Formats: sequence, C-alpha cells, structure tokens
Amino acid sequence: MSTAAPVQPTGPGAAGPAPLPGAAKRAGESPLRRLPIVRHVRQAVGLQRGMLLGGLVICALILLCALFAPLIAPYGFAQMNDANGDFGTQQAPSAAHLWGTTVGGFDVFSRVVWGTRTAVFVIVVAVTISLIIGVVLGLVSGYLGGWLDRILVVVADAIYAFPSLLLAIVMTIVISGGQSKVVGGVMAAAISITVVFVPQYFRVVRAEAVRLKAEPFVESAQVIGVSKPRIIARHIYRNATRNIPLIFTLNASEAILTLAALGFLGFGIEPTSAAEWGFDLNKALSDVTSGIWWTALFPGLAIVLTVLGITLVGESMNDLNDPRLRLRKKPRRSRRARAQRARTGRTAAKEA
Amino acid sequence: MTASVEVPELAAGPVKKSPRSPSGLGRYILVRFLLIIPTVWILTTLVFFLMRITGDPITASQGGRLTQDQLAQRVHDAGYDRPLIVQYFEYMGRLLTGDFGTTVSDHQQVTKVLADYGSATLELVLFSLVVAFAVGIPFGMVAAKFRDRWPDAVLRILAILAYATPVFFIGLLLKLVFGILWPILPVAGRANTATELLLGGVINPTHLYLLDSLRIGSMSAAGDVLRHAVLPAIALGLITAGTFLRLVRTNLIGTLGSQYVESARSRGVSEFRLVTKHAYRPALIPIITVMGMQIALSLAGAVLTETTFEWKGLGFQLYQYIQARDFVAVQGIVVMLAVIVAVTNFIVDIIVAFIDPRVRY
Repeated sequence: MSTAAPVQPTGPGAAGPAPLPGAAKRAGESPLRRLPIVRHVRQAVGLQRGMLLGGLVICALILLCALFAPLIAPYGFAQMNDANGDFGTQQAPSAAHLWGTTVGGFDVFSRVVWGTRTAVFVIVVAVTISLIIGVVLGLVSGYLGGWLDRILVVVADAIYAFPSLLLAIVMTIVISGGQSKVVGGVMAAAISITVVFVPQYFRVVRAEAVRLKAEPFVESAQVIGVSKPRIIARHIYRNATRNIPLIFTLNASEAILTLAALGFLGFGIEPTSAAEWGFDLNKALSDVTSGIWWTALFPGLAIVLTVLGITLVGESMNDLNDPRLRLRKKPRRSRRARAQRARTGRTAAKEA
Repeated sequence: MTASVEVPELAAGPVKKSPRSPSGLGRYILVRFLLIIPTVWILTTLVFFLMRITGDPITASQGGRLTQDQLAQRVHDAGYDRPLIVQYFEYMGRLLTGDFGTTVSDHQQVTKVLADYGSATLELVLFSLVVAFAVGIPFGMVAAKFRDRWPDAVLRILAILAYATPVFFIGLLLKLVFGILWPILPVAGRANTATELLLGGVINPTHLYLLDSLRIGSMSAAGDVLRHAVLPAIALGLITAGTFLRLVRTNLIGTLGSQYVESARSRGVSEFRLVTKHAYRPALIPIITVMGMQIALSLAGAVLTETTFEWKGLGFQLYQYIQARDFVAVQGIVVMLAVIVAVTNFIVDIIVAFIDPRVRY
C-alpha cells in the first residue's frame, strides 16, 4: 500500500514497463481509483467519457449552488419585499429581479437557487434511508430465506409494480395529511419517496445474497462456525453491493422527479418553509395561458438540468458496466491498422 | 448420495418434460393469474392501513368546517370510530363485491368515477403510446445503426432529456409554444364544447371520444378530438419514447453483432433491411416486456398530464379530490389503479410468454 501510493500520480505510463502490466497496474491502483465514479472516468473513452464528465460537471454545479445558496440568491425564498417595498406579483424579468417574480410575489431566481437545497436534501435523505433499509432487508431476507423471505419478496414485488407516484401520494397523506406540520414538509416528501425505492434495493441485494450464499467462501465460513450476522455483515454484504452506485444515481434522478410531481400536485412543501420547483410550476400553471413564461420556465429548467446531470452519470456508468456497450480504448489498434494499411499500400505500389 | 439421486432425475428430465410441455403455457397463465390476488391484496391492505393510521377521512376533509359534536356524529355514523380491524374486514368485504367506497366531498360511487373518467385516461394513454412507438422505435434503430457517431449522440441526449423533463414541464412548454406564441392547437380539455355536446348524445357511448365520433361518422368531431389530443399525447408519450429508444438501441446493438445478421449480410441483404427486419424483430421482445411497467408509469404520468391540460380523466379527478382532501376518493382511485396495473402486467406477461417460449418455466 505504502509503496503503491507514490506510483499513483505517474499514472498508467509507469505501469507499462513492468513485466506483468495488468497485475502491476492492479496492485498499483490506489483505493481512490477503484471508487465507482473515478474508475468509470478512467475507463471511459470518447462519447461515453464526454457524457460522464458532462453529467459530473452539472452535478457539481448543483451541489455548489445548494452549498452557497445564501451567497448566490439575492433574496430569501420566502421574501416578498425589501427596502424598496413589495416585489409585486408576476413582474417581468428586470435588473432587480433577474427572472421576474411569481404570482405569489416571490423572486423567481432566488427560489430556483434555494430550490437546489431542497432537491439535494431530498435526494440525500430519501436515497440514504431507502438504501439502508433496502440493503439490510435484502441481505437478511436473501441469506436466511424461509417464510420471511417469501413474504418480503411478494410485498416488494407488489410495491415495485405499482406506480411510484401514487404510492408517494399515499405516503404524503399518511405523513402530513392527518395532522399536518408534525414532520417538516421537506422531510415528509423525502420519506414518502423513500418507500418507493426500498423494494428496488431490496430486489437487487437479495438476488446477490441468494447467489453468494452458495459460493465456496461463504460455505467455508459456515463450516468453521462463523455466526450468521457476521457472515451477512462481512462476507455477503461486501460482495452484494456492487451494483448499488448505479441504482443510486438512477434513484436520485427519480427522487427529484417524484418530489417535483408531488409539489406539482400541491403536496408537501409550503412556499414559506422551503423553495420547491414542482410547487412553483403548479403555481405557474395559470400564468402560462396568459403568456407569463418566466415563472414556469426557470424552475422547470432547474428540474431538467438536475435530472439530466444525474442521469448522464448513471447512464454512462451503466454503459461502462455492460461489456456489450462499453467502448474500448482503441488508439493503439488503429495505429497498428494504419501502419499495416500503409505497408500493404507500399507493397501494392511496389508491385505496380 | 446426492449424485445418485441426481442422475435418474437428469435422465428422466426430457422424458418427463415432453408430455408436460403442451400444458406449459396453460399452467403458466394460471399461476400468473393467481399471483394477481396476493399483489392486489397486499396493496389494498397496505393502502388501507396507511391511510387509516393518521385518522379518519371525515375529520380530514371536514375538520374545521363542522363543530366538534357534529364531526363526532358524522364519524360515528360512517362507522369510523370502530376498531380498525373490524373496519378492515368490512372494507375488504365491500371491495370483493366491487364497492370501492363513496366519496366524501361529492357523494359519488368511486366505481362510477372510474366508469365516467377512466375511458378518458385510457384514451390519453393509448394516444401517448402511439407517439411513443412512432418516435421511439425508428429513432432507436437510427441510433443503433449509427452507434457512437453523431446521430447516436444527439438521439441519446434527446432520449435522456425526454426522461429528465417532467411531463408537466413539457406540457407547460407545449402550452406556451402552441397556445400563446404560435396558437395553432387547443391547450385544454378533450374537445370543443360543440363536439362535447355532440358526443354527449351518442347512444351507448364508449367515452373514447375518437371511437365515438367515428361511430357517428362525424369527421369534424374526430378531427377536433385529435387536435385536442396532440399536445397531451406528446407530453406523456415522449417519456415512454425515450425509454423505447434506449431499449431498441441497446438490443439492436446486441442483435446486429450476432451471427445470423452477419450471415444475412453475407448473403447480400441490404443494410436497411438488416436493421428493420432481421435484427429488429428479436429486439422487440424487451419492449413488450417493459410495456407493463410503462403502462404503470403512464398512469402516474397521466395524473400530471391531465392536470396540466385539464383533460377530464381519472388523474384530473384524483387531483381535484386531493385538493378537496377527500381521502376516501383518493384511496378508492389508488386501489382501483392498483388493480388495473396488476391486470395489465398479467396480460403483458401472457403476451410475452406467447412470443418468447423461454419465459415459461
């Protein structure tokens, strides 16, 4: 490990002269380079690399925007007036309000910027909770099997086949409908989305756990008397979570779309407690028919950009994980081919 | 020990299989049909208990409007103050007889809401599927043929964009462009008032407006219905189109590299025909497989599309009930949609089993 670290900055070139290039390269790889996204960037070429990097840049921009929202946004998300009095409603874009104001009298630009915070928060909370629940249930159910496994599989399949938006609606009613304001609107939305994703993690992890259960290394652990929790935690868990980063990105984008859809249907987040793009789009619905475009366009574009960024990363990772779709680095082969073509060309010329 | 047991089984395998194989499909259909029951049962149970944990629907919709005593009286009359488990069995019993409940806000049978508005949603989903097939499949072929060159890059980015854009945002943009900037298409409703009146007089209406107007032979009504359907169908169909494009592309790339395509090429079959006939056919199976999922997604998308375009379907109605905090109606519609999705998935699985014998296990 310690010898490998200094080699790393020199890159793949240093591994070239070694007698066994592949093995040397693998040994010299720092753990950092084996991280999902870093590995994928290194592996990608051409168009796939462009898509992956483009997606990463968009994601980074949105994270920065969420992080520095108080510095970027000129006004608060629930601010309706400043020193010069009220903002006014449905004002066209101007110097004071870059993207105009909404029907409720909020500044559109500020609300879009603050909206990134809500989005990032919901992604992190929703995906993390569903990840933890889904992975634990998947591991236990897949490894132990029996009646618990059967019940969980049927329940997960039932939920999985159901339109996720409808389930999220039911969950929102459950969480904040009966007695509102018990859980914060943002948290309620995040938890509603969680329920939709748990079956997805569950299915993937369970399938892996079932497969791994029969592997010799698990059997040998059983033979030497390792306890069940320890086998699950060490032997199965480590190997069953390969595909998780991919589902993570797919879910993150779906989380944003579900959040926006809930907001659009008038659920969840009050405009005074957080800025949410879907809610703003719902309020913009009647504006559009009277030709007011700025209240709809910018929050919508923010949703598109966020989902686009995450999806580009997820799609490229998916392609890179699938050997049928992965593009290979081929400059060397093409150079050889060109050399060969040149040679055959020369012989042809000589013969002529 | 294990080996000695396995050998006769292996030997018996093909012999045992052949008499059973004619009934294979029938057995599969039966098992698959029976699987609907636990699915629907689990979902209805889940939704019932989730919705009742937080309180009764009368307090939710009327809370604040009635006095404490009146509220308690209404809750008692409706039986919502009894133990939850009693209510559950009563609810399930009524579901079995096809009674999905009565809405609190306008005292309608939920089944009647479905009968009145379900066909509008069905029509929208069908129109959107037409868009999805017309856009997704040809462009998917193009993307696969020009793999990793610029047409592929452009199309894939468009497909991702189609996925990344919420239906209601596409809807709003379409309304803005074709309703305000360049007003050539209607942006709200299913038909003009005149057409609505005309179709309201049809005897035994299917409530599928296009079908109804063709039945009475009114071309102008049919044209009007189609014009109203263009924008909602595009908004809802583009997402599915993006999924189809990606599926066709991935699978065509797989089949284009296979040996039978290579051999067809060596026999001089044109590249166009290779893509549109030889490689395309097997690439269609995954599309049919995901159709069930897509219809479930389309139903959820229809809720949003209908709200955007004031398309008076089940989704629009669901939105109205949500606004009115009428949770009996919401629960009824959600449960009914669960049944529809489960049945659709069953039908899709049967179709796949007919096309692809490998799934009959």
